[in-house]
Amino acid sequence: MRTPIHRRTSAALRPAVLRTPGGLSMRVAPRTAAVVAALTVAALAVSVLLAGTGDYPMGPSAVLRTLAGQGTAAEEFIVLDLRLPRLLVALLTGVALGLAGAVFQAVSRNPLGSPDIIGFTEGTAAGALVAIVVLNGSSAVVAAGAVGGGVLTGLAVYLLAWRRGVHGYRLVLVGIGAAAMLGGVRHYLLTRADLVDAARAVLWMTGSLDGRDWSHVWPLLITCAVLVPVVLGRGRPLRMLEMGDDAARALGVAAERTRMVVMGAAVLLTAAATSAAGPIAFVALTAPQLARRLTRAAGPNLLPAAVMGALLMVAADLVAQQAFGDRRLPVGVLTGVLGGGYLLWLLWTERRAGRV
Amino acid sequence: MTAATADAAPAKDPAPPGAGPAAPPAPRRIPARAGGLAVSALLLALVAAASVALGAKSIPPGDVWDSLVSPVGSDTDVVVRQLRLPRTLLGLLAGSALGLAGALMQALTRNPLAEPGLLGVNAGAAAAVVSAMAFLGIGSFHGYVWFAFLGAAAVSVLVYALAGTRSATPVRLALAGTAVTAALYGYVNAAILLDTAALDRMRFWTAGSLASARMDTIVQVLPFLAAGFALAALLARPLNAVALGDDTARALGARLGSTRIATMAAVTLLCGAATAVCGPIVFVGLIVPHLVRSITGPDLRWILPYAVVLSPVLLLGADVVGRLVAAPSELQVGVVTALIGGPVFIFLVRRRRMVQL
Repeated sequence: MRTPIHRRTSAALRPAVLRTPGGLSMRVAPRTAAVVAALTVAALAVSVLLAGTGDYPMGPSAVLRTLAGQGTAAEEFIVLDLRLPRLLVALLTGVALGLAGAVFQAVSRNPLGSPDIIGFTEGTAAGALVAIVVLNGSSAVVAAGAVGGGVLTGLAVYLLAWRRGVHGYRLVLVGIGAAAMLGGVRHYLLTRADLVDAARAVLWMTGSLDGRDWSHVWPLLITCAVLVPVVLGRGRPLRMLEMGDDAARALGVAAERTRMVVMGAAVLLTAAATSAAGPIAFVALTAPQLARRLTRAAGPNLLPAAVMGALLMVAADLVAQQAFGDRRLPVGVLTGVLGGGYLLWLLWTERRAGRV
Repeated sequence: MTAATADAAPAKDPAPPGAGPAAPPAPRRIPARAGGLAVSALLLALVAAASVALGAKSIPPGDVWDSLVSPVGSDTDVVVRQLRLPRTLLGLLAGSALGLAGALMQALTRNPLAEPGLLGVNAGAAAAVVSAMAFLGIGSFHGYVWFAFLGAAAVSVLVYALAGTRSATPVRLALAGTAVTAALYGYVNAAILLDTAALDRMRFWTAGSLASARMDTIVQVLPFLAAGFALAALLARPLNAVALGDDTARALGARLGSTRIATMAAVTLLCGAATAVCGPIVFVGLIVPHLVRSITGPDLRWILPYAVVLSPVLLLGADVVGRLVAAPSELQVGVVTALIGGPVFIFLVRRRRMVQL
């Protein structure tokens, strides 16, 4: 993963250190701040467009007017009760996945180390499938199954990778092994289901935002409100950790504890996002990488990755609803296909640079 | 499968453990290795017999024998000759193909974690077959086997392009393969989501199963597998040279380019054909070559025959276990191999020093 260091940043955008007379100092990175601001604006703009999209199209001004509480009763019902929950689920899922992806990539020290790939997503999918096929559960039971499966898998992978500390590579490989096993379980459950349940399960596994209401928003919002600050606060030690455990320890970072806290938070964020929207493919993989390329900053780029994740989700949902005419695809199909293409490109460039 | 692992253990005994470097084996080792191969073949015969004799309908061994030798057209004859026999044959062929492909791939990439299932070759074949079923409406085996080859070839070229560089460590290769697999399965899910009829066919196929085995599909796939086996047999010596590193191999007169192309062609033929009939099955090509290498040492002229004989032991054993555990229903063989293979993979990864090839 070793970040290419871009030295061509102009002087105005180079990170600088602010010092106060009292001896406090703070590092500021104008470029990163600018990127975060631009991505936030873009995500909000796309959100407004998305809230106006559907069977009853509305212009951006109408949407904004309704959000400000000045719309007609019909408009308020459509925007606030139908589309806003879906929109919030998209944004929050994007934030959670982007952040979790950044954490996993930093801990595994590999641009491919995202929860998609190293087993946690497979764990949530298996948990949800048990809920759908075996328990025949409602959407709340499915969500609980997903969270349970994800957390159990995370715990199992962490413990199996433990050997006097968890090495990033071992974690990745153990995760791959666990993912393959859970994939077998998932296939088996799918063949045991009747066709209606199987179709429901496949739709769930693709990742979809259809029919999300406020009951999906609240758990996700609470999880994000608690865990996002926890992860963001660990940004500095995480950055030290990227240099390797020894260097990080020498700089005073409690390597194992930092890893445990951020990984626990990332697993919970992934589980919450998956229980709300299904396992959306590749957002966790691509968001941190795209953010990193925009900020050109070393380190895990946690905040830019989170905002980029939100932008990716709403943009993908907008395209999935509009691009194929009447046929509205689930958002997971679009992120899957785009993410797959991006992945191939990433593998190719990394190979040419001799890093894969 | 626990039964098969337990049975596989005695096969280790005849050969000295941790056999030496790639130098020509000492003469006294050859009888030991040949003896080991004979024991493995015996094991295979036992597992194959179990696969014919055991199943959801319990039939006494005597009746099974009668059905094979002198069929009279009873229900038992139908079960044995039209269900269990093709299934066993398919397990033999597909198991050998997957194990052999795994051994070839590990030799070619010199990477201990290279395995067609793990690196996405089977997923490539699956994605191409799903496209054929869902978009082109091709339902016959003869139609989609070509798509399976196409998909397997595309992914093996891609993986090799990624893995062939010097800096491709096992971890990077495994990650790249998993990423490719994830992307392809995302596509497979999307395709079957748009078409419920395809979903009904595909969910059984993507689990990896021997249950749909029929004599005519076996006959159709046989030429491809035979070509793959023949090619693999020719490759043992050149790949031994490749194992010494590019420069040494060239100095020894090996033709690197043509060896690589031929190996990838063999892997494509074997994996594409096996996946087309059974669906994607993981881990067979990973576990067996590792087990074999601990018996024979690194000489491919021994590894390949051992892999051909022992891989079907694993696959058929897994199939029999899957039939017995969930009787009267069954656990698909791909599910059983995944459940067995995952722990083996984690064990390999947890070892202090990863095996170097």
